[in-house]
Amino acid sequence: MSVIELTNITKVYDMGAAQQVAALQGVSMKIEKNEYVAIMGPSGSGKSTLMNIIGCLDTPTSGLYLFNGVNVSEMDDNNLARIRNKEIGFVFQTFNLLARSDALHNVELPLIYAGVSAAERKERARKTLEHVGLGDRAHHKPNELSGGQRQRVAIARALVTRPSIILADEPTGNLDSRTGEEIMALFEDLHAQGNTIILVTHEADIAEHAHRVVRLRDGKIETDEHIPEAKRKTYAPRKAS
Amino acid sequence: MHFWTEVKEGLLIAFRAIRSNKIRSVLTTLGIVIGIVSVTLMATAIEGVNRAFDRSAAAFGTDVMYIEKWPWVSNDDWSTFRNRREFKVEYANQLERQATLLSAVAPTMNTRRTLKYKDKEMETAIITGTTSSYIAASGNSQIDGRFFSDEESDGGRPVCAIGAVVAENLFPNEDPIGKTIRVAGHPFTVLGVFEKQGGLFGEFTSDTRVYVPIHAFQNYFGGRRYVMVQARAKSMNLLEDAKIEVEGIMRKIRNVPPGEKSDFSINQQELLTQTFGPISLVISAIGLFITGLSLFVGGIGIMNIMFVSVTERTKEIGIRKAIGAKRRTILLQFLVEAAALCLIGGLIGLLIAFPLSLIVDKVLPTVMPFSIVIIAILISLTVGVVSGFLPAYRAAKMDPVEALRYE
Repeated sequence: MSVIELTNITKVYDMGAAQQVAALQGVSMKIEKNEYVAIMGPSGSGKSTLMNIIGCLDTPTSGLYLFNGVNVSEMDDNNLARIRNKEIGFVFQTFNLLARSDALHNVELPLIYAGVSAAERKERARKTLEHVGLGDRAHHKPNELSGGQRQRVAIARALVTRPSIILADEPTGNLDSRTGEEIMALFEDLHAQGNTIILVTHEADIAEHAHRVVRLRDGKIETDEHIPEAKRKTYAPRKAS
Repeated sequence: MHFWTEVKEGLLIAFRAIRSNKIRSVLTTLGIVIGIVSVTLMATAIEGVNRAFDRSAAAFGTDVMYIEKWPWVSNDDWSTFRNRREFKVEYANQLERQATLLSAVAPTMNTRRTLKYKDKEMETAIITGTTSSYIAASGNSQIDGRFFSDEESDGGRPVCAIGAVVAENLFPNEDPIGKTIRVAGHPFTVLGVFEKQGGLFGEFTSDTRVYVPIHAFQNYFGGRRYVMVQARAKSMNLLEDAKIEVEGIMRKIRNVPPGEKSDFSINQQELLTQTFGPISLVISAIGLFITGLSLFVGGIGIMNIMFVSVTERTKEIGIRKAIGAKRRTILLQFLVEAAALCLIGGLIGLLIAFPLSLIVDKVLPTVMPFSIVIIAILISLTVGVVSGFLPAYRAAKMDPVEALRYE
């Protein structure tokens, strides 16, 4: 069973005054467990819309979306929240950490919403922070961390619920290229450990890390290709600290 | 997700938000503080009025009957009472001789005269003529010195017992006992001073009165005056029986034919409490309503600031929703924040109101009722929840995609 199965997904935005914009015009694709997929496309191609729908932040206008075999295209807000909480780990371009909370609390947050007990929550958050190499930064607030460290906190937050997919939206967009490469190396590690990763980006060299690249144009899938190992960008496996 | 975990998390978020916006939080809370202060003080004042009323009513004696021409409270046409025959001083003696259930009976007559002692003067005193039985008949035995004796009473001696306010006015720095005051020019020697009764019915208490033997009263101030007979039952249990007995004896004394209505009234303290109870309730309700308005205004302030807070934290709401916060969770978060703000305001209000209530106590003896402390806390919580609801609801139904995009 596929983790994600999209069938003929459309999304139409009402812009008022009888104007409608079709951001997605019949997108169908499947993503299997432990895939590493990059979704690419120029701005306005519908990739953000697609990401929002895959991430259960939004529902499609029409079409069928099965997540682990469950139809989520018609789910209500509360059930979508539950899916986002347990099954999806978001990593954003602008990190989107809570500025007033320290790293540990930021990582803990999804577990709070999942109803995990305080002791277990702290333990898991700490372990996950160690896993991304920030064990010693648990009590630093986001503004006391570098961009790369912030993104690691965000990745830890995405990982901590052990989600079915990690959905990263331009995760290196706000980082310098060296830090960006470190983050990409971390994603590679996570993929190697069995995680399913979906990367939304418009940068070709970031997409080159993926094993499969889906290109969108004008709300439709233009190409969907498997990248042979020889053409992938890889780093020497990084030892988890 | 467990409700209490949500509340706990909401509280943590709330305190962080309150701390990071100190001035704003203080100003917003001020509205609630003022509201709670005014409501609790009003309640304290009302409590004071009620206590004063109870104490004043108690000054009439729960077991004392006031037999006279006029009823204290009546819905009947006043002309029916006006045509009744006047009371006579002798009734007291006759009643005392015939009654078996009364411990004491005393007639009283009143007039208003100016008092003088050396250069001190008091114009508002009431002169009451009565007998030595008055102390026993009124139940007011809190006297420093003594009341006049049977002999002094029967002989119409120029002696008197004075109320506490009279003593304060005429003898600010002296012991009044043994001194001679002038009542409309006539000398009276002070034998005793009643303890202060206070209360709402100043004129009816002993405080502003001068008690003189009734014969002396008739000599100096004239005998054709309104007479009231005070009679005290032997015990509280016998009060109802005593009342029936008094009614029978008085009908006989005044020759009321059988079958006709009695042409006199037997008044009791109870009548006052029954009549003024509802009035004080209405006054309390109005007072609390008006002060409650200030709490309402405070609530609007909370609502306003919560709207600002929600807008400011749109991004945060987006983040929380993206990682799995449900609508209910967000709603609860902001409700808890509003409630926490109000609760803090309420507690500060109580802390301010308490010392102020001690000042009120100086003017109007009272104490902040414990129930109002509980009620104030509940009210501030309710104001928080009610005024926080709309902003919290707006936050809860935000679209996560839109919220995340907000800068």
